[in-house]
Amino acid sequence: MTDLGFSQAQPVQNSLLTETARTRKRNAAERRFRAFGIAAIMVGLLMLILLVTTIVSKGTGAFQQTFITVNVELLESKLDKKGNRNIEEIKKVTTFGYAPLLKTAMKDLVADLSIETSLKSKHLAALLSKSAVAELRAYVIANPDQIGKTVEFRFLAQSRVDGYLKGRVTRESVVNDKNISAEQLDLVDALVAVGTIEKTFNLDFILGSDASDQRPEAAGIGVSMAGSLFMMMVVLALALPIGVAASIYLEEFAPRNWLTDIIEVNIANLAAVPSIVFGILGLAVFINYMHLPMSAPLVGGLVLTLMTLPTIIISTRAALKAVPPSIRDAALGVGASKMQAVFHHVLPLAAPGILTGTIIGLAQALGETAPLLLIGMVGFIASNAPETIAEGLLSPNSAMPAQIYEWAKRADPAFYERAWGGIIILLVFLVTMNTIAVILRRRFERRW
Amino acid sequence: MSFVKLTASALAIAAVSASSAAARDQVQVAGSSTVLPYASIVAEAFGENFDFPTPVVESGGSSAGLKRFCEGVGENTIDVANASRKIKAKEVKACAENGVTDIIEVRIGYDGIVFASDINANSFEYTPTDWFLALSDKIMVDGQLVDNPNKTWADVNSNFPAVEIQAFVPGTKHGTREVFEDKVILAGCEATGAFEHLLAHAEGETAKAKKKAAEKACIALRTDGRSVDIDGDYTETLARIESNKDGIGVFGLAFYENNTDKLQVATMSGIVPSTESIATGEYPVSRPLFFYVKKAHIGVIPGLKEYAEFFVAEEVAGEDGPLAEYGLVADPELEATQEAVSDEKTLDNNS
Repeated sequence: MTDLGFSQAQPVQNSLLTETARTRKRNAAERRFRAFGIAAIMVGLLMLILLVTTIVSKGTGAFQQTFITVNVELLESKLDKKGNRNIEEIKKVTTFGYAPLLKTAMKDLVADLSIETSLKSKHLAALLSKSAVAELRAYVIANPDQIGKTVEFRFLAQSRVDGYLKGRVTRESVVNDKNISAEQLDLVDALVAVGTIEKTFNLDFILGSDASDQRPEAAGIGVSMAGSLFMMMVVLALALPIGVAASIYLEEFAPRNWLTDIIEVNIANLAAVPSIVFGILGLAVFINYMHLPMSAPLVGGLVLTLMTLPTIIISTRAALKAVPPSIRDAALGVGASKMQAVFHHVLPLAAPGILTGTIIGLAQALGETAPLLLIGMVGFIASNAPETIAEGLLSPNSAMPAQIYEWAKRADPAFYERAWGGIIILLVFLVTMNTIAVILRRRFERRW
Repeated sequence: MSFVKLTASALAIAAVSASSAAARDQVQVAGSSTVLPYASIVAEAFGENFDFPTPVVESGGSSAGLKRFCEGVGENTIDVANASRKIKAKEVKACAENGVTDIIEVRIGYDGIVFASDINANSFEYTPTDWFLALSDKIMVDGQLVDNPNKTWADVNSNFPAVEIQAFVPGTKHGTREVFEDKVILAGCEATGAFEHLLAHAEGETAKAKKKAAEKACIALRTDGRSVDIDGDYTETLARIESNKDGIGVFGLAFYENNTDKLQVATMSGIVPSTESIATGEYPVSRPLFFYVKKAHIGVIPGLKEYAEFFVAEEVAGEDGPLAEYGLVADPELEATQEAVSDEKTLDNNS
């Protein structure tokens, strides 16, 4: 083999400007390689474009919602029979007691607009979301003085009506549907024409809480966003100090021996452990042994801290290593102690790198679902907005990726749209965090 | 150092949490993913109508839920387990070993199991025998028990089109699987005579043990890829059918009713599944749904009894309630259930 190659390399008497067969071959190989590289990038770009367009086209619908404006007469005979405005007695009327008011209101609405329809009032009221009764009851309890008056409300329309306005539900698709009929859609068309039904931006999707399977139109990602936020607070408060302290010690102070070698290998290995393993660990240690509450963002945060620590330690050590030894030597040379040299000179120079690593670690933790499955953060959970920090940490809550996963599982196709909408919000967070990391690196990192 | 302060405060938060963990104020529910939508509808309405916080409902399957339910008594165990089947004697025993003795069983209604294919694919009219012949591991051919040779639906029943058999059935951790086995496969097994054959050749000391062995052999499904276990939710089954138009899936009635634009339902023994045909008992494949309440938690966890009572109230679980609207078949004996809940009637320990 080598003999053959040697004999081929013998005749080299041509000019550099004329291409020999061998040069041509080499040049062709290079061109091919470049073409492969470009093709690989194109494939990647194509995938990205495909992903982004799918997400945006499927998810933007979730940010808009259909509303029906309707005047409701708050009948005293239904809501406060004794008429003494005692709040305790008003509270005794359940949401089921409010349903007749909506039926009457819808009937009046159709009659006032003189739209002809053969639908019964039950089917008229079915155009409204199931959340309307709850909204009405909450309003009456907050404003008992309005009982007996007629008040204008803007209720959510039920998911099929919303889907019809968004083009997801068509007349063909409702043939077998018992939730809506073609006749109801005729009425929807008429109400859209007069402006009673309209599709507008829906802030509640971003700020609201999760809703049950019967009312996808009322579901929002806000509470689970708060859950994610509290988890990230825990991760930041624990992983950053522990991670930085550990890496400073390992990098600057620890002696090099077999023990630190073992620790180093283990940290590198931990970074590659599947996240579900941390979930099982969290279940065993934090919930079963330490008796912390189930489904609490505090536990979620602790589990994600374990998951993020290796990432932070590795990036912090890399940042510390990148600070040239001359800085340390100079500090020690003018009489600084080892600790002063590290904290006054090395750490500030390594800070941009540390922060970048931390933000990337946090972004990774923010998008994590698997460990949350095991500590009970997936389900119909994000229903109560936390009011205090302690409540935010301890009362059951979900997280954004877990909420998206939960929505994607539910039967009503309207939830599917919300899952995509949730992905958009999650991606906005991730992109923002990564952009901050890039900016930090660009602006403050020093090259030596 | 601010790092030190941060760590100290974080540790303080953790310490506070450990002590205040003893003050859980919302009901925690876990279990069957079939019951999950009903439970979340009730939980939501409960939160709206009472001053208690909205209960937390997790899914994960009947068996997983009952296992967590039986872990013990105390604040960090769940209060209610949802199940799409009755609790097993084995589970009651496991519960008792962990100190969970007084269990209140609440039947909320019935749920139908339907067989559906893609809306543009072939429609089917099944009998349990067809499903047994299509999916069983071994079937009877000329009086002999042989490995299932059927490849297409036409092999099973000459009235069916000659499309490949591809069925997506719930995995073994789902309560739905058990109903599918009992009401469809086992019924087909008995109808084809395979059951008698198996019973005659079954090993066992007593007649009861023999019957059990024969039943177990009956419900063994083929493992050559024509029957696929779906461990996830119905959305996964739906996705499989959308990508494989010849596939037939097993769904809950409520799920089918929410996706009538994508699925068409097959009849079973000539009956179209609907809440009415299930309520009258004409449609054969249905099962009761339950939830189980830990009596020891009543009075400790605020709102637990109220939640249980609210769940079975006439306006919630009755014929015109939101649960029936979503697809639950109301229980005709709801009144008895309401009484049992308000009396906190527990399961017999020897059951």
